[in-house]
Amino acid sequence: MSSPQPRRAAVLGGNRIPFARSGSAYAQASNQDMLTATLDGLVARFGLQGQQVGEVVAGAVLKHSRDFNLTRESVLGSRLSAATPAYDVQQACGTGLEAAVLVANKIALGQVESGIAGGVDTTSDAPLAVHEDLRRVLIRLNSAKTLGQRLAALRGLRPGQLVPEIPRNAEPRTGLAMGEHQAITAREWGIGREEQDELTVRSHRNLAAAYDRGFLDDLVTPYLGLTRDQNLRPDTTVEKLARLKPVFGTDHPGATMTAGNSTPLSDGASAVLLSSDEWAAEHGLPVLAHLVDAQTAAVDHVHGGEGLLMAPAYAMPVVLARNGLSLQDFDFYEIHEAFASTVLATLRAWEDPAFCKERLGLDAPLGAIDRDRLNVNGSSLAAGHPFAATGGRIVASLAKQLHEAGPGKRGLISVCAAGGQGVVAILES
Amino acid sequence: MSDWYTTFANSGVGSALAEQLGLPRPAVLRRYEPGQPLLPGPALVGSAGEGRLRETLTAVLRDAGVAVLAPDGSDDGEHPAAVVLDATGVTGPGQLAVAHDLLAPAVTRLRPTGRVLVLADPPADAGSPAQAAARQALEGLVRSLAKELRAGSTANLVYVPEGAEASVASPLRFFLSGRSAYVDGQVLTLGAAEVPAEEDALRPLAGKVAVVTGAARGIGAAIARVMARDGAHVVAVDVPAAGEALARVANEVGGTAVQLDITASDAAGRLVTHLRERHGGVDVVVHNAGITRDKLLVNMDAARWNSVMAVNLQAQLDLTRALLDADGVLRPGARVVCVSSQSGIAGNRGQTNYAASKAGVIGMVRAWAPEFAGRGATVNAVAPGFIVTEMTARMPFGTREVGARINSLQQGGLPVDVAETIAWLSQPTAAGVNGQVVRVCGQSMLGA
Repeated sequence: MSSPQPRRAAVLGGNRIPFARSGSAYAQASNQDMLTATLDGLVARFGLQGQQVGEVVAGAVLKHSRDFNLTRESVLGSRLSAATPAYDVQQACGTGLEAAVLVANKIALGQVESGIAGGVDTTSDAPLAVHEDLRRVLIRLNSAKTLGQRLAALRGLRPGQLVPEIPRNAEPRTGLAMGEHQAITAREWGIGREEQDELTVRSHRNLAAAYDRGFLDDLVTPYLGLTRDQNLRPDTTVEKLARLKPVFGTDHPGATMTAGNSTPLSDGASAVLLSSDEWAAEHGLPVLAHLVDAQTAAVDHVHGGEGLLMAPAYAMPVVLARNGLSLQDFDFYEIHEAFASTVLATLRAWEDPAFCKERLGLDAPLGAIDRDRLNVNGSSLAAGHPFAATGGRIVASLAKQLHEAGPGKRGLISVCAAGGQGVVAILES
Repeated sequence: MSDWYTTFANSGVGSALAEQLGLPRPAVLRRYEPGQPLLPGPALVGSAGEGRLRETLTAVLRDAGVAVLAPDGSDDGEHPAAVVLDATGVTGPGQLAVAHDLLAPAVTRLRPTGRVLVLADPPADAGSPAQAAARQALEGLVRSLAKELRAGSTANLVYVPEGAEASVASPLRFFLSGRSAYVDGQVLTLGAAEVPAEEDALRPLAGKVAVVTGAARGIGAAIARVMARDGAHVVAVDVPAAGEALARVANEVGGTAVQLDITASDAAGRLVTHLRERHGGVDVVVHNAGITRDKLLVNMDAARWNSVMAVNLQAQLDLTRALLDADGVLRPGARVVCVSSQSGIAGNRGQTNYAASKAGVIGMVRAWAPEFAGRGATVNAVAPGFIVTEMTARMPFGTREVGARINSLQQGGLPVDVAETIAWLSQPTAAGVNGQVVRVCGQSMLGA
């Protein structure tokens, strides 16, 4: 018995809705609404009405219990064929990229010819959990069979249980918010305020310029009155950003992380269409790029003394070595801007001989990159970062950028995720 | 979007009240539905003089399943749904009496939503002033008759030059069908062309790729729907900001959405690349996108003037030029239809910029017609009159109601009426219609 030879999955394009600031334009929209709208925009862009793709893989980080089958339900609400299978994944901020890798791998193995990877998140319509004691009472009440059992269950009720558990952007094992974790990393790596603000300004300018030159015309479909990312501030400057007060790491002097150089909580969704080259040709769809390879890594941010968002630094040398490439062999770099200091700390780590030797086990540092090739169309600081939607945004936009640059161009993606995880991937046009 | 007054005036109470008060009673027009017979009854075909088209006309009608009545009254009692007059034989004003003799009794017996169609040679080709006079006289006859007809009936004139006989079938079918419900009192001149046989009457645009600009709403969305119904794959184009509605239209019609600002400097290149990569070319281009920025000329700033020109005229020029120049993208037999406006013909207070742009479209179409004919393609303009859309719904009540009534059909047209005319001009068999301006205005008094 012979298995088909692996092949590279093609990225054909993508769609997302503009990202909104939390509690704003999409405050009334659910994850399912946004993912469905995003799939429908993709269907319209590629003429997939009534068609069955191999599978749809997507996920959300903040998910209601009613959304146990979020992706499949979104497919059923979309214009795709109802015979399109779907499943949910979740790897925190890496969800969207991981979903793309999963679809690409099935395409590579010939298990599907086409697929859609996506992600959605809303911090406006976040699920609220009830107090743990109240939840136990309610479950007991639900399973009670007699009046006596019901009354017994209800006797467990206390007024204090009525306060819901508000989801926090905090690590369960450390209790620290992601920003607090990153503040530690930024301090350890000596990342300055000004360089963070400069990176932030560049993100806004690059994204604004990308909109202005029509780069996002076939990547974004307006939704609920929003036509551009709500967080985008084309006129922001280092001077304006310098006026903001630090919000993370403020228990130390010289805190550097502000609301400006950190990504805000946002709502949004994205989706990417992938396929085999044959499927693309049959459908008359140009291939923008191929997903060459990907790697995940995790660090022990709880006891290991490594920063929560530093895992991509570890994943990178693995994927580079496997493909015989150096960090400098790329035309474009997409490093997810969870915080400006995340990008800067990651870059500094790759340049640092001690880190590369001791932590990554390399003979020589990975080295510096050409900053002009970094996040050339803006990234999360400007666009916003609905957790699971970020990977799809980056894959689609990098693939388009590579296609514009011509054949044989390479792009590198790095996305950090909560729980000390990271996903990196290589695309090539 | 519906014409509330027409609905009201055709209700029990409404029609009685309208009659008492002497108010107009607009008819419910016969509009095309797929599979509908060409006419709801027989057609009467007659000639004035020694015509050369009568046999062709009769054959086309019989092919379309229409019973043909003789003009001598031998089919007594049968009320015709259409009267077709072959006037290609008129040599002088004297023969016009024959036209009168034939039309007068026939029109008396014409069914509601009936059709009168006169075919003649173009006056410009006449051999004598007398012949030219007679041919031109038919315009006055048809335009006046169109105003006399009641109950949603229309009258139109088609000039058929020598050698263009093969082009007749398509306009004949259009003007008799429900597709031309709101086209009234119009004069069209055909050209000689190689006309392919009709392949599928139900899906005349099957296998065609049609680009429609401004497709997110209004008339553009209606064009997309009619094009898709007729079998075309619709590439729906609109500005990125209208993308949500655009995606909805594209998904509804099974087409594709392209978010593109047609006034961007690289718009033409991007559209050409898209059509080449995704579809290998294009068969139909409908330049529908348009904007208004109304102001009296003396109060109009440059921005208002320029933006209207850029969208309504310059973009049509640039996109069409790019498609003509891009090797192989505009396929053989391509159809380009440009949306003009009644304003471009009649002028409209406060619309110097809009009317200039829409008149410019007419000049453009006429100038381009020979180049298109040279490659077996056509370019035409459609000039809508008062069409009931979201835009006209926002007009003040009085203005809107007057605008909707001052035409021979006493009602506003619907977006679908404009779409049907455009879809007809896009058909392969409409090859003989080139460089023409077809008004979809119910024979509006404005710019008539």
